[in-house]
Amino acid sequence: MLQFILKRLGLAILVAFTVSFISFSLLFLSGDPAAALAGETASGEDVEALRRLYGFDRPMLVQYGDWLFSALQGDFGESYYFRLPVASLIADRLSVTMILGVCGITFALLTAVPLGVVAAIRPNSIIDRIALFISVAGQAMPSFWFGLILIVVFAIQLGWLPPSGTATWRHFILPTIVLGYYAMPAIMRLTRAGMLDVLSSDYIRTARAKGANETRVMFRHALRNAIIPVVSLAAVQMGFMLGGSIVVESIFALHGAGYLAWESIARNDLPTVQALILIFSMFYIVFTFLADVLNAWLDPRMRTS
Amino acid sequence: MATTSTHDSLLDEISGPTPAQMLRKRIFGHQGFLIGAIVLILLTIVAILAPWLAPHDPYAQSLMSRMEPPVFLGGDWEHPLGTDHLGRDYLSRLIYGARISLLIGAVAALISGVIGTAMGVAAGYFGGKVDAVVTFLINVRLAMPVVLVALAVVAILGGSLQVVIGVLGLLLWDRFAVVMRASTMQVRRREYVAAAQVIGASTPRILLSEIMPNIANNLIVVVTLEMAHAILLEAALSFLGLGVQPPTPSWGLMVSEGKNMMLFEPWLVLIPGAVLFVLVLAINLMGDGLRDVTAPENRS
Repeated sequence: MLQFILKRLGLAILVAFTVSFISFSLLFLSGDPAAALAGETASGEDVEALRRLYGFDRPMLVQYGDWLFSALQGDFGESYYFRLPVASLIADRLSVTMILGVCGITFALLTAVPLGVVAAIRPNSIIDRIALFISVAGQAMPSFWFGLILIVVFAIQLGWLPPSGTATWRHFILPTIVLGYYAMPAIMRLTRAGMLDVLSSDYIRTARAKGANETRVMFRHALRNAIIPVVSLAAVQMGFMLGGSIVVESIFALHGAGYLAWESIARNDLPTVQALILIFSMFYIVFTFLADVLNAWLDPRMRTS
Repeated sequence: MATTSTHDSLLDEISGPTPAQMLRKRIFGHQGFLIGAIVLILLTIVAILAPWLAPHDPYAQSLMSRMEPPVFLGGDWEHPLGTDHLGRDYLSRLIYGARISLLIGAVAALISGVIGTAMGVAAGYFGGKVDAVVTFLINVRLAMPVVLVALAVVAILGGSLQVVIGVLGLLLWDRFAVVMRASTMQVRRREYVAAAQVIGASTPRILLSEIMPNIANNLIVVVTLEMAHAILLEAALSFLGLGVQPPTPSWGLMVSEGKNMMLFEPWLVLIPGAVLFVLVLAINLMGDGLRDVTAPENRS
């Protein structure tokens, strides 16, 4: 088990360094970062001055090393637009994104797991068909469109919920649904498939043969085993969702890290963009690592792979 | 004649339906696949015939007839789906928008398909170090937030059709690599691959004529999924203002342009979004159906 964890940890760290290099290289995709920063109207001397000021005249690998070294200490440089340290800027915004992510995954689990279980217990029933429809529709629904429809219906027509902002918990309801719906299909399909698989296994037959009542069979024997892969999928989806929150946050004007990313990209604020890509990647890496470890802990067969 | 037909029916009785007949029966017996395929074919025809089907020029502005409602909301047949905030015919823009979505979906899926399949098949067939490197690259790619990276790259390079297609093509190969790697690993252990190796077939030959045909059905399923994925991503990028640039008629852009008038003219947002939803739904239904039709033993 320890060996497995160390191996996965090593891989995660290696992935993290590679991602950090890629997100740093984005700066050089435009060709000359100093010219991009100075703008089209700047004179040659201004561009040169900026180049020296930001150290763009040094070799790229030296700049990367410098950036990485600072980043490891929590210093991501200064935002071109806000003229504030990127780290504090992101720290201010991250809580909104985290709340949204946790609410989203909770919503997805609370709706998808029961639906998946019921669908598996009664295959081809009406509930199974509804579950299938929700999952197929969910995969095809453009999240920005879904968000706008919810705003039109629940915020404007019915007036039940606020359309945008972060002031109260009610502001988070619609964004949670949009973000959570994105993760629902995968969780539901996996729960349903897992339950179907488990329900046809020998130990369920044994449990039934012993005379255990159906509720006990379902929850104590079947769901406990079927839920294992769902737990790790949820962790992975959580990582994906934080990265996907950029669309949801921009629709509902939630001023979280995703919104900051959108603003920074539109304003060419590259230090902030680099840091955000790195941070969202780190979340994904940490969540998948936790999912792997959790999986191995729950299911010893996974430790060998 | 009579003897031939008796002969045929006797033959049928002995041998049962041929594989082709069985495939045909599965295709036409699968509702989801049929519906998806028909909708996708219709939309493709609409996209190809756009210049002949569109009633107006999708770029022609008319300040005299701005935001006219669609026919079903009291508009006239001059503009069946109304006009947008610049007086451009909405139906014509929708029809041309099908070209953008399908083009981006198809080309991005093609690029990522080539990259991902090459990586996945190499990893699955050679194993060892090649597999370790490919698995590592897949992990790196999955760790990068797609929307964020795509937005950033498009913003830096400038939003154009080519850039959006290129960025999506270079980002969406992960599922191809994962699925092709797993499928190749399964197929590699089969006897016919061993037989080809024993008779001295070259590696490219084994990959192309033994491996590829046997993982093609999984490949097609992933192509449909990634095509749908690319279409949704393009729409999201354009919606956020960092994808295809105006005045190009992209469905995502149309939703974005209609967003400000959503309060009074909700159809400006509803119509392009609904068409996008239908297209992606059709592609997904076809993909799910293909999985069932080509591999009935894997049906869950």
